Amino acid sequence: MSALIEFQGFNKFFGEQQVLKDIDLKVAQGEVVVILGPSGCGKSTLLRCLNGLEKAHGGHLRFAGRELLDKATDWRQVRQDIGMVFQSYHLFPHMSVLDNILLGPLKVQKRDRREARAQAEALLERVGLLDKRDAFPRQLSGGQQQRIAIVRSLCMNPQVMLFDEVTAALDPEMVKEVLQVIQGLARDGMTLLIVTHEMAFARAVADRIVFMDAGRILEQHPPETFFTNPRTARAQQFLEKFSFVEALPKKAPTKELELL
Amino acid sequence: MTLDYAFILSTLPAFLKAVGVTLQVGLIAIATSLLVALINATILVFRTPYLQRLIGLYVELARNTPLLIQLFFVYFALPALGLKISGFAAAIITMTFLGGAYLTEVLRAGVEAVPTAQLESGRSIGLSHWQLLRHVILPQAGILSLPSLFANFIFLLKETTVVSAVAVPEILYTTKSYIALYYKTYEMLAVLTLICVLLFLPLSLLLSRLERRLQHGQFGS
Amino acid sequence: MASSGLELLWVSLPQLGKGAAQTLSISLLSIAFSTLGGVLYGVLRTLDHKWLNAVLRLYLELFRAIPVLVWLYLLFFGFPIFFGISIPSFTCAVLVLSLWGASEVGEVVRGALHSLPRGQREAGLSIGLSDPQLYGYVLLPQALKRMTPPTINVYTRIIKTSSLAVLIGVVDVIKVGQQIIERTYESVLIYGALFLFFFFICYPLSAASRVLERRWTQA
Repeated sequence: MSALIEFQGFNKFFGEQQVLKDIDLKVAQGEVVVILGPSGCGKSTLLRCLNGLEKAHGGHLRFAGRELLDKATDWRQVRQDIGMVFQSYHLFPHMSVLDNILLGPLKVQKRDRREARAQAEALLERVGLLDKRDAFPRQLSGGQQQRIAIVRSLCMNPQVMLFDEVTAALDPEMVKEVLQVIQGLARDGMTLLIVTHEMAFARAVADRIVFMDAGRILEQHPPETFFTNPRTARAQQFLEKFSFVEALPKKAPTKELELL
Repeated sequence: MTLDYAFILSTLPAFLKAVGVTLQVGLIAIATSLLVALINATILVFRTPYLQRLIGLYVELARNTPLLIQLFFVYFALPALGLKISGFAAAIITMTFLGGAYLTEVLRAGVEAVPTAQLESGRSIGLSHWQLLRHVILPQAGILSLPSLFANFIFLLKETTVVSAVAVPEILYTTKSYIALYYKTYEMLAVLTLICVLLFLPLSLLLSRLERRLQHGQFGS
Repeated sequence: MASSGLELLWVSLPQLGKGAAQTLSISLLSIAFSTLGGVLYGVLRTLDHKWLNAVLRLYLELFRAIPVLVWLYLLFFGFPIFFGISIPSFTCAVLVLSLWGASEVGEVVRGALHSLPRGQREAGLSIGLSDPQLYGYVLLPQALKRMTPPTINVYTRIIKTSSLAVLIGVVDVIKVGQQIIERTYESVLIYGALFLFFFFICYPLSAASRVLERRWTQA
């Protein structure tokens, strides 16, 4: 089965520094791939190369069989097929929620207004924010804004969704509502590439974990394999840092309580 | 289009003198404007309500009228009231009037940008009004205002070309005179352009560098 | 039978009116062209093409290094030499003020666009917007509030600088005033009136700019 997305020998530089080194990665349709790794390993950059926000410097990148690293690539079309949600949501503050969502469908895809609005409202209903359709971003919480950012991308009917640390900027109590939406998308069979620090979530939703370090892919495994039995030393170090909190010993009871 | 280089060379002494006049008018105007602004800023710091409003009125009048009109008023209208002034003097007076207003605004913004916490801590260690001004407010306001001050100095220097309208022999007036005398328009305009670029471009580049360096200082501290 | 004082002003009103119309036409035309040119400049600068940027920066630095009055003379005297035809002083004034004004407005627009969060551009691109759509629907509307107060200040400066047109022969309000002075010697009155003329046009604009700045920096 040919992959929907294929990186082959992919390279990228920021000036002198090589940030992505010989990346080989295939993503099949309907797969949920979670990319993990320490800060600066290039995972966000990888995502951003996929929708053309960053330029590549070598190798191949194929989407649905088409080579993207080509001068003739129409990135506007690619971006409609590959949607992206950002850490800081970046809703357009001068537009209402509904206008934010409809901008793409109406102006880029030139769809019929009634049809687009119906889809927008259906999606808003699904994430539980239909009543906020006329609100402005500044009136909403971070979690609400992020869910609307997801709806904004979904309304373009993409084949793939990219999530770049979408819960990193949220207050902890709002992380759940966003992760639930992403879980829903995974269940519906959408192809997802997720960069996150939420380990438990990664473990629960991923079909495959891709571990990166210093611009290279070090490991690619199903989540259970990766979390219980990482092969490389770097992966072990990485996971150990995250398990630190869970593995903290409980505080010993004080003498007063013992006396009681 | 060939230039009469021999002619250009022959005019160089005159242009050098003109540059001297430009600098003279400009630098004196800068100095006097700064003086006016410092006086105003001191008054503003002590917040006397009546004087504050007066200074505000002065600033608005000077900033919302063209330099040319101010210049003509001083040079042509004042003699009617009995005061006869030379073009040079009129230029200095007018540019001080205008420059003083601009610089007052810069210093005022600088003073207001000094955090009130500074004033409070100064007072709490027992500094008097004058000491507070000298050691706490003015130094900090000065540094904050530096890029703005420098930008306004460059502005005043460039505005000296306007005083050619009252026959002050700076670079533009000299250019016009030579064109009128010898008809070598192309050559004279070329020299004028070159002088402007050599004189003012380095200054504006210096200003950009100053702005960048001071930004670093502020974030580093 | 021109007498002195306010009576003279009253009688001269039609003449001064014509001159004022010239001054204001030059100002308004220059303001219009500067705005269009400035937005274009600001947008083009933020696109960040290497050689386009260099050309635009050269344009900016030339208009910064060479004072406006010098530009007026350069164009007024230089145009006939380069192109063989002479240019009317009115057109020359509008041309110079527009080009200079556009560089000033342009820097304001560029600064405003630059101050927007980078994510706005990325979010817009990610839903497939083209560059014109990105600027038209997302970036410029947001930059508008930041651009307006400084741009109004540029407009004020254009109006004040339009006074220099008299020096290349435009029969504007200053020239008319000078003609009246020649006949009546009422220099204090006329120059005083001209002073107030500009003041009552520019001061409301400055004040409006300050009010808008205060109101919109809370948003």
